Amino acid sequence: MAEEQVIFKRPAALTEKYFHYCPGCTHGIAHRLIAEIVDEMGIQEKIVGVSPVGCSVLAYNYFDFDFQEAAHGRAPAVATGMRRTLPEDRYIFTYQGDGDLASIGMAEIVHAANRGEKITVVFINNAIYGMTGGQMAPTTLPGMRTTTSPYGRDTTLCGHPIRMCELLNTLVEPRFIARGSLSQAKHIIKAKKLLRQAFELQHEGFTFVELLSTCPTGWGLTPENSLLWLERNMMPFFPLQVFREPGTMPETAKKYAPDLKVKDDKKES
Amino acid sequence: MAQERLLMKGTEAIAEAAIRAGCNFFFGYPITPQNEIPEYMSRRMPQVGGLYLQAESEVSAINMLYGAGGSGVRVMTSSSSPGVALMSEGFSYIIGSELPVVVVNIMRGGPGLGDIAPSQGDYAQMTKGFGHGDKHAIVLAPSTVQEAVDMMALAFDLADEYRNPVVLIGDGLIGQMMEPVVFPATAPKQFDKSWAATGHKGKDRKIIHSLYLEPEELERHVLKLFRKFDAMEAKEQRHEMFMADDDPPIMICAYGTTARIAKTAMRELRKKGIKVGLFRPITAWPFPNVALEAIVDKTRSFLCIEMNMGQMIDDVRMVVRGRRPVSFYGRTGGVVPTVEEIVKKVIEHNATLGA
Repeated sequence: MAEEQVIFKRPAALTEKYFHYCPGCTHGIAHRLIAEIVDEMGIQEKIVGVSPVGCSVLAYNYFDFDFQEAAHGRAPAVATGMRRTLPEDRYIFTYQGDGDLASIGMAEIVHAANRGEKITVVFINNAIYGMTGGQMAPTTLPGMRTTTSPYGRDTTLCGHPIRMCELLNTLVEPRFIARGSLSQAKHIIKAKKLLRQAFELQHEGFTFVELLSTCPTGWGLTPENSLLWLERNMMPFFPLQVFREPGTMPETAKKYAPDLKVKDDKKES
Repeated sequence: MAQERLLMKGTEAIAEAAIRAGCNFFFGYPITPQNEIPEYMSRRMPQVGGLYLQAESEVSAINMLYGAGGSGVRVMTSSSSPGVALMSEGFSYIIGSELPVVVVNIMRGGPGLGDIAPSQGDYAQMTKGFGHGDKHAIVLAPSTVQEAVDMMALAFDLADEYRNPVVLIGDGLIGQMMEPVVFPATAPKQFDKSWAATGHKGKDRKIIHSLYLEPEELERHVLKLFRKFDAMEAKEQRHEMFMADDDPPIMICAYGTTARIAKTAMRELRKKGIKVGLFRPITAWPFPNVALEAIVDKTRSFLCIEMNMGQMIDDVRMVVRGRRPVSFYGRTGGVVPTVEEIVKKVIEHNATLGA
C-alpha cells in the first residue's frame, strides 16, 4: 500500500480558529487564497493586514500574522499610515467589502490609489451589506431587493451600482487592477493568480483585486443558488477582467501621463 | 554649546519642536488658522529624512495617524476646530487601540463654519467630547510660544508612556504670534515599542484593535484603560499659580492666551491695590483639581475668563462645589478679551465682595 501523503492542509498563515462565516459565504475562500499566497511567498513575518468593518471585521482572528483593525471605510488611510512608516520590505493589504470600500470609504480608496500607495487592496463585492443585515450597497444591482430597497434598487432614486475597477482604472498610478470571482473552481484558481500578481507587484505601486462574492444569508438564497445567482446577475454587470497590468494604461489615464509636469515658473516665495 | 534663540511664529515653532522631539511623520489636511504647521512640515520633513503627507481629509489624516501609530513611530497631525471634529471617530479608535499619537488643535471660532479668529471654543470638545465611548486623553494648553515648544516633547513622551493620544490646544494668537524661543537640547526619550504591528506570526503576533464583542471583555478592556486614566489624573495634573502667594481674595481661572492677557491685567490691578491672583490650568485634562481644591478655602471668589461662553467654568465649579461664588467673563466668536475689559471686570467683581 502506498504511503499516505498530505496533499491538502491548512495554510500556515491561517490560525486554527474556525471561520464564523455563514454557510456558502465566500469570505472563507478569499481568506484561504490570501493565506496560501502568504505561505508560497514566505512572507508571514513580513505582512501586516488591515481588517475592515463588515463581516470580516474579525479577519485578524483567522490570519496568523500582524493586523491592524480599521474603522468603516478607512482601511486605505490606515494602510497608508503603515506603508509610510513600516520598513519597505513589508507587505500590507486591506480586506474590504463593498459598503466599506465603495460607499463610506470612497474617498480613502480613490486617494490611496491616486497616490500609488504600495499596498494590495482585496475588495470583496457581494452587492450587499452583509453584517448589518442585508441593506442596499453601492454595488447592489438595479432591481435587486435588499432590506433598504424592498421594491428593488430604483436607479432613478439612488443611481446605478458603482464599478470600482473601472473607476480606479482612470487613474495614472495604479499598477494592477483586476476583477475575479469566487463562484466556481476555475474562477477561484484564476482569482488566486490575480491575488498573487497583486502581492508580487505591491512594492511597485497600488494593486487592487476585486472578488465577486456571495452573501447567501443577505440574498436569501441557498449556498448553491447563490453561486448561480452571482454568475447570472453579477458577472454581466461586473465583467471579469484584468484592467491594468504593468505596461498598460487606458486612454483616459494616458491623457494625464506620469511624465507630464508643468514647468512651475511662478515666482519663488 | 549655547542654546540657539530663534524668533519664530507659534505654528512653525510647534512644528519644529515636534520634529526635534523625534516626530518624523506628519499627516494633515489644510485648514485655517494652522496652515503654517503643515506648510512647515512639508518643507522641513524632507530635510530631516521624515515624511509629510497631505491627506484627502481630516478623517483620513487621523486614520493615517492610527496606521502609523500602530507601526510604533512618533506621528502627529494638526488641525483646527471643525477639522478636529472630523477626527473624533479615529481619535476614539486610537484610544481604544492604545496608540501614542499627538494632535494639535489651533482653535477657531464656532459653531459651524464660524470664523478663523482665535477661540477657546473647543475646551469642552477636547476635554470631554473628542470621540465616542468611555475615554480620556491628556490635553495640554500652552500660554506662550515657548511653553508650546517645551510641551511638544512632553506631549510625545506622555503619549508613549501611557500609549494614549495627547492633544495640544492653542488658538490663532499663539499660532500667529512671533516670539523668541529656545528649543530644548535633550534627545528624544526612547520607549519600548514591542507591541507594534511590524510583522510577526504565531504567539508573537500583534493585533491593533479596539473591537471586543463580548460585553464583559469590553468592560475589562475599558477598566484597563481607566487604570491608565486614573494614573494620568494622579500624576499628570499641571497648573501655574501667578501672584497668588498673598492668598488674594479674587482668583482668576484662565488658560492659554486668555491667561496671558489676564496676567497683564493683573499687574495693572495690583497697581490699583486690588489683590487678584491667577490659577492657570496647564493640563485642561486632567483638570488640576487638587491644586484648585487647595485654594478654595483661602479664596473669596473665583472669576473664570475664557474665549468662549463658559466651558472650563464647569470644571472649576465641580471643584469649588458651591463653597465660593464662581463667575464668568468671556468673549466669543473669535473676539479676544482686552486687558482693559478684564481690569474693569475685576474692579466690578471686587466691588461686589464688600469689605
